Amino acid sequence: MHLGNYLGILENSEKQLCDAFEQVARHHKDEPDIEQMCHKLSAWSREHRGRVMGFVAKYSEDRSSEPKNLKRDLFDQPRKGSLALLRDLHDLWLLTQEVQLCWTVIKQAALALRDEELKATYEFCCARTKRQGDWLLGRIKQAAPQTLIVAA
Amino acid sequence: MPETRDSIHDIWGPRTPHQGQWPTRVDERTTEEPDHWVQSACVLCSNGCGCDIGVKNGRIVGVRGRAVDRVNHGRLGPKGLHGWEANNSPDRLTTPLIRRNGQLEPATWDEAMSLIVSKSKELIKEHTASAIGFYTSGQLFIEDYYTLGVLGKAGLGTPHMDGNTRLCTATAGAALKITFGTDGQAGSYADLDTTEAVLLVGHNMASQQTVLWARVLDRLASPNPPQLVVIDPRRTFTAEQATVHLAPRAGTNVAVLNGLLHLLIENGHVNYDFIENHTVGFEKLVKTVGKWTPERVEALTGVPAAKLWAAAEILGTCRTLVSTALQGVYQSMQATAAAVQVNNINLVRGLLGSPGNAILQMNGQPTSQNTRECGADGDLPGFRNWDNPDHIKELAKLWNVEMDKIPHWAPPTHAMQIWRYCETGSIKMLWIQATNPAVSLPELDRIRKILKKKDLLVVVQDAFMTETAKLADVVLPAALWGEKTGTFTNTDRTVHISHKAVDPPGQARPDFDILLDYAQRMEFRDKDGAPLIKWTTPEECFEAWKACSKGRPCDYSGMSYAKLSEGSGIQWPCNEQYPDGAAHLYPDHQFNTHADYCETYGYDLVTGAEKQPQEYKANDPNGRAILLAADYEPPHEEPDEAYPLWFTTGRVVHHFHTRTKTGRARALQAAAPEGFVQLSAEDAARYDIADGDLVEVTSRRGRATEPARISGIEPGLVFMPFHYGYWDQPEDGRKRAANELTITEWDPVSKQPHFKYAAVRIRKVTA
Ligand code: SF4
Repeated sequence: MHLGNYLGILENSEKQLCDAFEQVARHHKDEPDIEQMCHKLSAWSREHRGRVMGFVAKYSEDRSSEPKNLKRDLFDQPRKGSLALLRDLHDLWLLTQEVQLCWTVIKQAALALRDEELKATYEFCCARTKRQGDWLLGRIKQAAPQTLIVAA
Repeated sequence: MPETRDSIHDIWGPRTPHQGQWPTRVDERTTEEPDHWVQSACVLCSNGCGCDIGVKNGRIVGVRGRAVDRVNHGRLGPKGLHGWEANNSPDRLTTPLIRRNGQLEPATWDEAMSLIVSKSKELIKEHTASAIGFYTSGQLFIEDYYTLGVLGKAGLGTPHMDGNTRLCTATAGAALKITFGTDGQAGSYADLDTTEAVLLVGHNMASQQTVLWARVLDRLASPNPPQLVVIDPRRTFTAEQATVHLAPRAGTNVAVLNGLLHLLIENGHVNYDFIENHTVGFEKLVKTVGKWTPERVEALTGVPAAKLWAAAEILGTCRTLVSTALQGVYQSMQATAAAVQVNNINLVRGLLGSPGNAILQMNGQPTSQNTRECGADGDLPGFRNWDNPDHIKELAKLWNVEMDKIPHWAPPTHAMQIWRYCETGSIKMLWIQATNPAVSLPELDRIRKILKKKDLLVVVQDAFMTETAKLADVVLPAALWGEKTGTFTNTDRTVHISHKAVDPPGQARPDFDILLDYAQRMEFRDKDGAPLIKWTTPEECFEAWKACSKGRPCDYSGMSYAKLSEGSGIQWPCNEQYPDGAAHLYPDHQFNTHADYCETYGYDLVTGAEKQPQEYKANDPNGRAILLAADYEPPHEEPDEAYPLWFTTGRVVHHFHTRTKTGRARALQAAAPEGFVQLSAEDAARYDIADGDLVEVTSRRGRATEPARISGIEPGLVFMPFHYGYWDQPEDGRKRAANELTITEWDPVSKQPHFKYAAVRIRKVTA
């Protein structure tokens, strides 16, 4: 069974998302709504990761090897300015999609295993992942025209 | 000369107890005998009291309340009776000004308008119209806003248009849209005449809408008074009259309201029939409020459990209920989430759409309702939905332009983002109308820096040399109320006409004329090459607005200048179905939530993300109201060791906005000449501060120094009124404005800034 591995991937991707939100909050402090919302959404991912940890332990004997490192080079350099903001939001959105897909995979296993607890965790967390993505998408749509057309 | 009462000292006037019809009492104040009277309404708060302007020899010499008016039945408050004096002030701007070599110098209208027009054309050529922004007001007329809305959206095609209404009523609009599908107050002021209970949340009606408060006081003096529940951290005039006063800690409104909803449900004081047939979302609401037991509410908010019980008992057993909210909700944490819970209280009880039942998400400024209706802010005209292509098509057809001329690719830019674009340099021309952001926006130091930016052309259209105008590149002198004709709408949907009574001073021009001039010089065309703006008089514009509003909730199609001039105010909707206007929206409990009619597809109350159309359509509420639940979220900035106190801002009874008018009315200014720092006795003792001592308040963003006033406020909380700026103060370097301290932060949904909380420290200043 590879569920343990996949839970590891999920845990890792929630961690990346959590860190990435924090980084974007730091890099774009001058955008008040970005800073605050990214802190909040980072906290969501931190909480999700905490919940996943329990299941990683539960299914750990099944793990065949370390989870694959999904880290992208998205946030290595601090980026500033409106184009940088747009790109950072873009990358964050991609990370939320990664997380959401992991959750979808895990949910299938939870259903097949009839693991009610894992199912409940999926429902709670995945709904919030979607909200993270929705916020990012809205903010991207707002920022895009001004950034691409008018900004220096 | 006649002054029927001393409103400065007796703010609400003598009692006229009533239940049912509110008796008439005509308040009047003139300084000379007028040779004639001209019909109007007061523009110094959102109440919209009908009044006549007294004129002698071409000058305004006073006002009197209109006995026939449904809003005030003849009464006027201190601001209404005195504020008109500002029109005659020697400080009026009488000629355009242009900044040359760092100085504002007199110029002709042609020079000023040519400069604005050539800058606009140059920017459009280089950057598109998205380099141009408008920051307008809640104090102009329908005709001004609609003209502005059309020229901005279909002429220029810029998405950057908002008003200072973002600071005062954006949350009212957002909460109404979320719950009922569109903006629009469900009830009427007249509901106060019969209601059994009134819930005032963060709404100091006694100071804000003094005439409306007189209506409540008159009920309280009657044999059958309503019970009053007041939620406010300060012991205001309003709170003093409360049957139950809940004083929660700053930023905890949602927890208190959830606690009340929890008790209503727990005690079975809900109308299950109504909920079942006319709402969606009840289950989730039950789940969300379930954990807010009175004990938990007490622990977080400081509101004693017994008091919460007492309040819930009133709200749960009254047979009719008027609920209101204002800045204590809108300018606080979780503004929209809390305002929506106020709606939910009436909804779970099924108390809506009939006499005695109302939800009044109050407006702050006199005409902010119209900023929202006419599309001069972040909304589209006629409460249309920017995300609904059919609504955009309707506008495009009406204005005879291509659909894509109208910016609809994202929600219209909200004010705080407009200022951010100015700061980062992508908006290069900002046109400010009838408002004073250099005193009224948060974090003033930042705002001043933006206004001074070299690469931002700032146009200020105002009647006075405000703190903002002083920093402008072009100043356009505008006519005031009484010097121009137009219409406007108060909080309870009452539309008034205000006729021109006198000429504006010097070369000052009505805002309407200035906008028409701009449109003409910019040569805005429709798609057939005809002029885009097809009206030349306010009345013609009103006719165009009627066509735009027809079939929408704010339907004006049954009104006309003649009809408005006959008696007095008329409520919208006014159409074939309601030729004399409607006292209640939703009498049949059919709400405006149909997917093809609603103004919004909804929001995530925590992140502010807009819901997608498909999502909404899949669960079309189809006329049911939406019970949207929200849980408490802790604030972003909280008191800590360095800044140990909560800070909040607000208003005083004698002033309006940044005192540009009320500060120039002698008696109002004398009654409240300077700002203050309100402290509790406990904190005063702790910091060794006596009444009248100068106190310096410091936040992470700035400092302000004003004398101490020690009185009814929760320990740990510091209050300053936001009216006081710098125009009438010596240039002594002392910072005075409350907004030096406030935080650049806003509600995720309504985007209304948080004026009601920040962390500060204080110290006594020894001279
Ligand atoms: S209550 Fe408002 S509208 Fe009425 S007179 Fe006073 S300021 Fe004017």
